[in-house]
Amino acid sequence: MKKPKQECFGGFSFNPFDLLSEEIIFMILDLLNHNPLDKKSFSLVCKSFYAIESKHRRALKPLRQEHLPAILCRYPNITHLDLTLCSRVTDTSLSIISNACASGLRSIDFSRSRLFSTSGLLSLALNCKNLTEIDLSNGTELKDSAMAAVAEAKSLEKLWLARCKSITDMGVGCVAVGCRKLKFICLKWCLGVGDFGVGLIAVKCKHIRYLDLSYLPITTKCLSSVLKLQHLEELVLEGCFGIDDDSLAVLKHGCKSLKSLDVSTCQNLSYDGLSSLISGAEGLQQLTLAHGSPVTSSLADCLKKLSLLQSIKLDGCLITYDGLKTIGNWCVSLRDLSLSKCSGVTDEGLSSVVTKHKDLRKLDITCCRKITDVSIAQITKSCKSLTSLRMESCTLVSRDAFVLIGQQCHLLEELDLTDNEIDDKGLKYISRCSKLSNLKLGICLNVTDEGLIHISRGCSKLIELDLYRSAEITDCGILAIAQGCLDLEMINIAYCKDITDFSLLSLSKCSRLKTLESRGCSLITSLGLTAIAVGCKELTKLDIKKCQNIDDAGMLPLAHFSQNLKQINLSHSSVTDIGLLSLASISCLQNVTILHLKGLTTRGLASALLACGGLTKVKLQAAFRWLLPHRLVEHLEARGCIFQWRDKVLQVELDPKCWKLQLEDPMP
Amino acid sequence: MDLKDRLSGEIQKKVPEHPSFTNFNPQHQQKWEDRSILDYSTRIEPPFQAFNQTSKTQPLLPCNPNNQIKNGPGNESLQASKVQDWDPSAMLNNLSFLEQKIHQLQDLVHLIVGRRGQVLGRPDELVAQQQQLITADLTSIIVQLISTAGSLLPSVKHTLSAATPSHGQFGQFSGVVFPSGQGLNGGVQPQNAGGSKVSEPPNTVDISSNSGNEQNHLFEEHEMKDEEDAEEGENLVPGTYEILQLEKEEILAPHTHFCTICGKGFKRDANLRMHMRGHGDEYKTPAALAKPNKESSSEPTLIKRYSCPYAGCKRNKDHKKFQPLKTILCVKNHYKRTHCDKSYICSRCNTKKFSVIADLKTHEKHCGKDKWLCSCGTTFSRKDKLFGHIALFQGHTPAIPLDETKGSAGTSDQGDGNQATNKVGSMNFDFSSNISSENAVQTSVDFKGSIDDPAAFFSPLNFDTCNFGGLHEFPRPPFDDSESSFAFLLSGSCNYTQKSGED
Repeated sequence: MKKPKQECFGGFSFNPFDLLSEEIIFMILDLLNHNPLDKKSFSLVCKSFYAIESKHRRALKPLRQEHLPAILCRYPNITHLDLTLCSRVTDTSLSIISNACASGLRSIDFSRSRLFSTSGLLSLALNCKNLTEIDLSNGTELKDSAMAAVAEAKSLEKLWLARCKSITDMGVGCVAVGCRKLKFICLKWCLGVGDFGVGLIAVKCKHIRYLDLSYLPITTKCLSSVLKLQHLEELVLEGCFGIDDDSLAVLKHGCKSLKSLDVSTCQNLSYDGLSSLISGAEGLQQLTLAHGSPVTSSLADCLKKLSLLQSIKLDGCLITYDGLKTIGNWCVSLRDLSLSKCSGVTDEGLSSVVTKHKDLRKLDITCCRKITDVSIAQITKSCKSLTSLRMESCTLVSRDAFVLIGQQCHLLEELDLTDNEIDDKGLKYISRCSKLSNLKLGICLNVTDEGLIHISRGCSKLIELDLYRSAEITDCGILAIAQGCLDLEMINIAYCKDITDFSLLSLSKCSRLKTLESRGCSLITSLGLTAIAVGCKELTKLDIKKCQNIDDAGMLPLAHFSQNLKQINLSHSSVTDIGLLSLASISCLQNVTILHLKGLTTRGLASALLACGGLTKVKLQAAFRWLLPHRLVEHLEARGCIFQWRDKVLQVELDPKCWKLQLEDPMP
Repeated sequence: MDLKDRLSGEIQKKVPEHPSFTNFNPQHQQKWEDRSILDYSTRIEPPFQAFNQTSKTQPLLPCNPNNQIKNGPGNESLQASKVQDWDPSAMLNNLSFLEQKIHQLQDLVHLIVGRRGQVLGRPDELVAQQQQLITADLTSIIVQLISTAGSLLPSVKHTLSAATPSHGQFGQFSGVVFPSGQGLNGGVQPQNAGGSKVSEPPNTVDISSNSGNEQNHLFEEHEMKDEEDAEEGENLVPGTYEILQLEKEEILAPHTHFCTICGKGFKRDANLRMHMRGHGDEYKTPAALAKPNKESSSEPTLIKRYSCPYAGCKRNKDHKKFQPLKTILCVKNHYKRTHCDKSYICSRCNTKKFSVIADLKTHEKHCGKDKWLCSCGTTFSRKDKLFGHIALFQGHTPAIPLDETKGSAGTSDQGDGNQATNKVGSMNFDFSSNISSENAVQTSVDFKGSIDDPAAFFSPLNFDTCNFGGLHEFPRPPFDDSESSFAFLLSGSCNYTQKSGED
């Protein structure tokens, strides 16, 4: 990024960019996709760059709908419009969009927007003939008439309607008839849609590949036509309580093209129904049975014939030893196995599975509290190509077992060791996993700076590091991480009580840092925060709850430098009216939690809230509900802000070790 | 006239079709009852009160347009020369009629005797048919005799003032049996005849006992069902059943049962018998009120199926894939529905037309409640029917009612949706008051748009004046009023296009 700039303004009378055709610059710009800010700075170089970037840009994520006319004028070739940052999108804006983008627009996302109605959608559907994707999720106010408008988008291929609770079979019926090219539709939580609407989709839209029917009040009546779809690859039936064994028994044929099936939380579905559901679906690759009926050998047996099965998720199920053993005896070699929160997983059972499925890439044994070193030894011995291992709260696994993980599984990219006995020696070995990008060491009380130093040396690709309540960590460890893992984007140092400004100073070198959680780090001050604000320009989420030493002096630089900040938690800090008000200059700021700020007055809060134009969610003490002018609250709500009133008393912070003991207390 | 010739000619003509004795089939009772029910219930009092004032019965006749259509010119003259009181000459007339009847009966028996010989060589089926036919004719004559004789008794004070409106009703019989314009002929009660029992199909509703109104309900319910569909599943081998075909006129005739005394027409025998009670004590005996018993039911009878007289109809016996109709009621309903004009228009919606009045009544019960609409304009009272319809036809789409903000019918199916609509409803209310004060020009269509786009209500102008009490749940409206004016225009125009698009 820096280079072309220097050349451009480096005093040369001759501009090398004149030699480059527009296409070549476009190709350069194509490579700048990693960070949206790069393109922004590119366009600010000169007029010609500005023009080129305007022509090049295809995707747009505007911050305010007010700027849409200008912004759409600047970018004529927009194909993808993401309105998730605009909580208010009126019909007027939609008509502006539909006129400006016209047939160029391919995809539009309203999943976080409200206020638009049928007429806006209609003008969009009629003007943007090539619209293939619309995300209308969370449109709880949308009615059937809106669906009738969507149905005018004849070339629509993907449609998200999650949580559109007001639409009924009639609306979905309109979509089914109007959008014949539909390939992908998500109807999750559309509680008004039943058998008729889904059935009509299955009858009319023959190209459906993905169908999400989660939590719909559907029965087998529509399922029979759904399973007749020739191209259906993914079917999500999560939480469909209307589907039970008896009615499924009537189904004579499964869906041959099906590759992924999710029947989690279908309480009335046991292996009988499942076997008729998957009969004929020999191509099934992914199966999710989470929170369903107990996994017994008979259930495992009926899945045996799925010769292409790669991934199975059994989260939250009761699993018998026989069930695990039968899974172990399958001929297929699973890639992905999730046994998270499964009760009944023992060393014996897990070993019998992992010894057979040597190709496992992902294994989730979160909260399988009965397993010990034996399992870990088996896992590391047979599954050497593991890329992801999640084993939060496997408390019986001793610290030596983690050495094995480091020794055997070098391909690990994701490792969740939250609430485990791992110590520095274990981390030393785990640092051999050079591809590790996501490491979670929360509540690992045995981990100290030494371990982190090993990690910083070995795992330079680390992107996420979670040290929540790992109380032994001090500035040294963080310094090492900040120096070794420059790509770090997210770090959680909450309740690491020994962390000081020095850590923040060192972390400010990680220029890509987006999320910083330093809740309860009472030693850090505004100085450290200033360093972060200056160094980490991309910071989007900041949690400084219970950092009593952070005051307005920290807020001012934050307001000035961190222009990308979207979410901040200021509870229990020493920030006052001034600091809060200064945050109003961050135009991205959407989500603010302001509880127990001693220096905060009602007037200050009111003016800060009024000044922050983009707020969508504010957590406040319940007392302010009555102190703030009622009309102001109404006004802010009308602008698109949701208030959450909290009435919690301040809890005295416990010693981390005490805290863990307390946490473990209720467990048997 | 040469009765013998005529009768034989008649019989030969009738043999293939047997329309005449189908008239006697008790199923007539169900078929034509739509009007009779009305007649019966609304007029049950007047005829009974007035049955000594014969003049009173006369106005009834013009009320029934169908009667007039059916009545021949002879009948009209009869009506004109109606006897107002007891008249010896009328009695004489009756007596001579009796004489004539007895002669006819004699002739008929001769004919039968003569026929026996000819018939011998014929196939059994035909013989049986002829036998039935003759028996039916015979029975009707006997019935006429009895009824006429009854009218001669001194206890019957009232004269048979009512003319016989029934010539047409009895089909070809009228020509044979009734010499021209005999006022007393109307007294035929074919349902008492043995012929009716012969042709009684198994599924006949025998509930026609003596009870009054309750019974009518039963009949009505029965008629609501579409019997044409009911027998689709039946697979009778052709030849194993007898095919009967009624003439168009018979199918469309409104009444089949007529009072011999006053000539009032009924669709049901049971109703007639109830009516007869008013004509004297002799009709009140249990025997007279009882449903004609079927003494001849022990005879093995062929299953009877009916053919539609309309050529080319699938229900016509000449059709390749002929599907017979099960009962006369089916014939009537089928014929009216398929081959007649739909003259009954629903008074509520003014769009739906029916040819069978019972269909209209059924529709009127649900008219306006048909909330499931298709873009083609068809309405359905049931959601599954609408979706079946849409699944079947290309290009048809569910039509969303314009006032769906009130909460479409579907949302009431589930709790959450319902709640949501309720909220909208309440907001709706709040705003409407605002709108009417702020913007009187607004139409209801605009209003709908403005509900979805609360921009209108949050212009700084009305920010202070408007009542926020009900707005907690309100979806974030924008804060500039320039948009609001826009939004109205937009929503209005878009609604318009949407409407036209749905057409």
